[in-house]
Amino acid sequence: MSYRTAIRSLFAATALASMSTASFAATEIEWWHAMGGELGQKVEEIAANFNKSQSDYVVKAVYKGDYTQTMTAAIAAFRAKQQPHIVQVFEVGTATMMAAKGAVYPVYQLMQDAGEPFDQSGFLQPVIGYYTDADGHMLSMPFNSSTPVLYYNQDLFEKAGIAEAPKTWPEMGEAAKKLQAAGVTCGFTTGWQSWIQLENFSAWHNVPFATKANGFGGLDTELVFNSPLHVKHIGQFGDWQKTKAFDYGGRRSDSAPKFYSGECAMYMNSSAGRAGVIANMKDVKVGVAQLPYWPDVAGAPQNSIIGGATLWVLQGHESEEYKGVAKFFTYLSSAEVQADWHQFTGYLPITTAAYELTKSQGYYDKNPGADVGIKQMTGKAPTENSKGLRLGNFTQIRDIINEELELVWSGEKTAEQALNTAVERGNKLLRDFEKANN
Amino acid sequence: MVENRPWLTFFSHFILLAGVVIVLFPVWVAFVASTHDPRDMLSGVVPLWPGDRFIQNYYEIFVEGMAKAGAPPIGLLMMNSLIMALAIAIGKIAISIISAFAIVYFRFPLRVLFFWLIFITLMLPVEVRILPTFEVTAGLGLLNSYTGLTLPLIASATATFLFRQFYMTIPEELSEAARIDGAGPMKFFRDILLPLSRTNIAGLFVILFIYGWNQYLWPLLVTTDEGYYTIVISIQRMVSVPDSEPLWHVIMATVILAMIPPVLVVVFMQRLFIKGLVETEK
Amino acid sequence: MQTKRITFKAKGLPYLLVAPQLAVTLVFFIWPASQALYQSVLQQDAFGLRTEFVGLANFENLFADPLYLASFKVTMVFSFGTTFLSMGVALMLAVMADRVIKGATGYKTFLIWPYAVAPAVAGVLWWFMFNPTIGVAAYAIRQMGYDWNHTIDGNDALILIIIAAAWKQISYNFLFFLAGLQSIPRSLIEAAAIDGASPFKRFWTIVFPLLSPTSFFLLVVNMVYAFFDTFSVVHATTAGGPGQSTSILVYKVWRDAFESLDLGGSAAQSVILMLIVIALTVIQFRYIERKVEY
Repeated sequence: MSYRTAIRSLFAATALASMSTASFAATEIEWWHAMGGELGQKVEEIAANFNKSQSDYVVKAVYKGDYTQTMTAAIAAFRAKQQPHIVQVFEVGTATMMAAKGAVYPVYQLMQDAGEPFDQSGFLQPVIGYYTDADGHMLSMPFNSSTPVLYYNQDLFEKAGIAEAPKTWPEMGEAAKKLQAAGVTCGFTTGWQSWIQLENFSAWHNVPFATKANGFGGLDTELVFNSPLHVKHIGQFGDWQKTKAFDYGGRRSDSAPKFYSGECAMYMNSSAGRAGVIANMKDVKVGVAQLPYWPDVAGAPQNSIIGGATLWVLQGHESEEYKGVAKFFTYLSSAEVQADWHQFTGYLPITTAAYELTKSQGYYDKNPGADVGIKQMTGKAPTENSKGLRLGNFTQIRDIINEELELVWSGEKTAEQALNTAVERGNKLLRDFEKANN
Repeated sequence: MVENRPWLTFFSHFILLAGVVIVLFPVWVAFVASTHDPRDMLSGVVPLWPGDRFIQNYYEIFVEGMAKAGAPPIGLLMMNSLIMALAIAIGKIAISIISAFAIVYFRFPLRVLFFWLIFITLMLPVEVRILPTFEVTAGLGLLNSYTGLTLPLIASATATFLFRQFYMTIPEELSEAARIDGAGPMKFFRDILLPLSRTNIAGLFVILFIYGWNQYLWPLLVTTDEGYYTIVISIQRMVSVPDSEPLWHVIMATVILAMIPPVLVVVFMQRLFIKGLVETEK
Repeated sequence: MQTKRITFKAKGLPYLLVAPQLAVTLVFFIWPASQALYQSVLQQDAFGLRTEFVGLANFENLFADPLYLASFKVTMVFSFGTTFLSMGVALMLAVMADRVIKGATGYKTFLIWPYAVAPAVAGVLWWFMFNPTIGVAAYAIRQMGYDWNHTIDGNDALILIIIAAAWKQISYNFLFFLAGLQSIPRSLIEAAAIDGASPFKRFWTIVFPLLSPTSFFLLVVNMVYAFFDTFSVVHATTAGGPGQSTSILVYKVWRDAFESLDLGGSAAQSVILMLIVIALTVIQFRYIERKVEY
């Protein structure tokens, strides 16, 4: 490319850039998000449709990397007074955001200040419960939420002569044995072990993960996931790992290929992963079921809890701009937008209206298994053990849990030793957080 | 070579070929992945031979794939990456070639302090200082600008250090002769040092160009305007899809495309490299 | 520190020459970096809303943590492994490439390719190849009778990140070794050949000593690379696990700053990391550079 052409295209590029950002009289609202791939495109579409629906505000969706990068970018921007209006934060960042009182603008207050009609009771309680304060006010706007479910390979089940998905953990063990006898390498695997096998496990069995109502009751909460029930569960997994009835496949969703390739016949992961499972297993029949439970625990199964991310509003902008944010949130939580988002992505709908709308559109009849997650979450009214978790330094606590569980899978520690160490190390972090935020 | 030893030449070729195979293998995997259906990658063992979707997959990125990820047109992304890489490479070489000259060929107060001030930039990971650096850049009003994208990344000592090492190997006689001839320092720099440094400049250019081209975290932080996005950001954007599987075939095709400009730079600069070497031999 | 025996004399000129670099370094490095280091004696929430001076408490916490101490060992194994693997392979390839005439350009072109792969992408490629279920490399190793599983076996995981980190650096080292080799006057080697020295002997007595400035430069750069620039490899492949078997210091620094937003603790760790690298560099300057022949 000649020098002159280079300069010319440079001008063209900058001209294009300034054109795309030129806002007319409309007030611009920045929304930083972490949705890559097709999800990102959907996010842009939501913003574009909102912009088309009225002429006072323009929502600009900006991709800022994965969850941690987006959150760090927003915090850096806040410190440099360049913060966006809205930022998408994953669920483990909740306690950090909540503690930053001068930095976040609680959603219920924003709606009130902007005079925007806002009815919190229309939202699915298990979804927003994770993000409310002690008085039950909504602090952030749920955006993409999901809950773990059990996927199973029906073709392999048929081969092993199993009629239906196991409901309890002892049945899981039996099924795995039959599957292995029929030539399958491993019975089942799991993604996000801390989220599914400890956090959701506790809620599902209605036992506390931490004291003080899992941290909702105060910063002086302590971890208690080393109870006999937890030890039994993790210990059982450790035994199963030895025979490959269970096979560990990594901390995040790295175990997915084990299920896709038919190496493992069952797989526990986010309900929002359903589309990916189906796309990768086009020639295989896949079923979706609720998480297994221990039948000897009274009250089990209770309800599962969510993961995913919510939209937080940051302080430091003009009230006129916040009016736009409020308008956008109203648009975002409308039944049509939510139902579309839910059906396209597999994330849970956040309002009852959107759930009902999806039902009446016949979506669940056409897509069997798509509602397993919602049913599992809304089956019973949440207790203080199954409302969610509110723990500071939770990212690190999850890392600790990952590290300790891996030592169980490799046989270096017993379940009891590992969980005790994890609780001990985790409690130290909780104390640090308490000190830093008092 | 000096003498003819067929077995040694054969051995050399063998080692080099083995080296190329090992070193290129991951790149090959990327290419193979870019020619398959995404499903082939996650069920069973990753294939080793190109599939039949080469045209389809690459067509997809040019026509729909990039838009699918919500990214701006690929031409603009490549242009931004190019501007950023060139600015960083040229900027770094320009400032470090003269500062190394000063540090090696002059004795002046504070010289050692300056050297260590520059050298110490090697010793603090970028991630630790990235937040305060962002604040400084934002304070100077450089967000969403090419200056903001490049200038903060020019502050690094690798190039200065390399030039210093290189100058130390230049025979003393040269500068002595220059002094006896009454040539000033800048004349010496221009007429002797600069031509001698040609190989090093070429080598550094390759490395710095690639360094600039591959930047990810920094451009992500300082840009909110799609007009300044780079190709690497768009790759990461396609990889980071929470709760579902990334479209590996499109990602890998973009990876291959993103690799072409740096590779062209390598091939092109190699000629300069060799030319520089041949001339110093004379 | 050395200069030339014979130096130029000019009052303002040297200052003028270092000024641009110094300015950029002060504004975009020294100033922000010192702020980051000051963090190490503070306890601060992520948004910077509450700040408390805590003295050396962050450091005390670190050294009271046996796992932090354990990661020193992992880091040492990792850094030396990476440096020697990548420099060794690169040197061997450079020597061979310097020997052959036919196809030399072709080899060079191919050997530099890995360098063009963005680190953010390289991690994904290694994940692809070594994934215990679908990875070709893992498959090949299993065919050889070894049960590769880096998600459970700590040694497998450590080997994986050493190979991945070294791979990225081979091209860089190769380029510099080759430039170094080609700048050695042919006449020297020819003279030795006429004296009857074997290629092997020539390499150790003539070529290798003459390469020492290059090797010294690369040693510093590679150590710095292994200590600091390898977090993305770890992040994309093992995330520090299983257990803490691949939790190298820089990964912990990165994770605590970026994921956990514990700026004080992370800054304290980077101070320690920085001290280690400064110490290593000073040792290299003092003892190795003195011996290096120019």
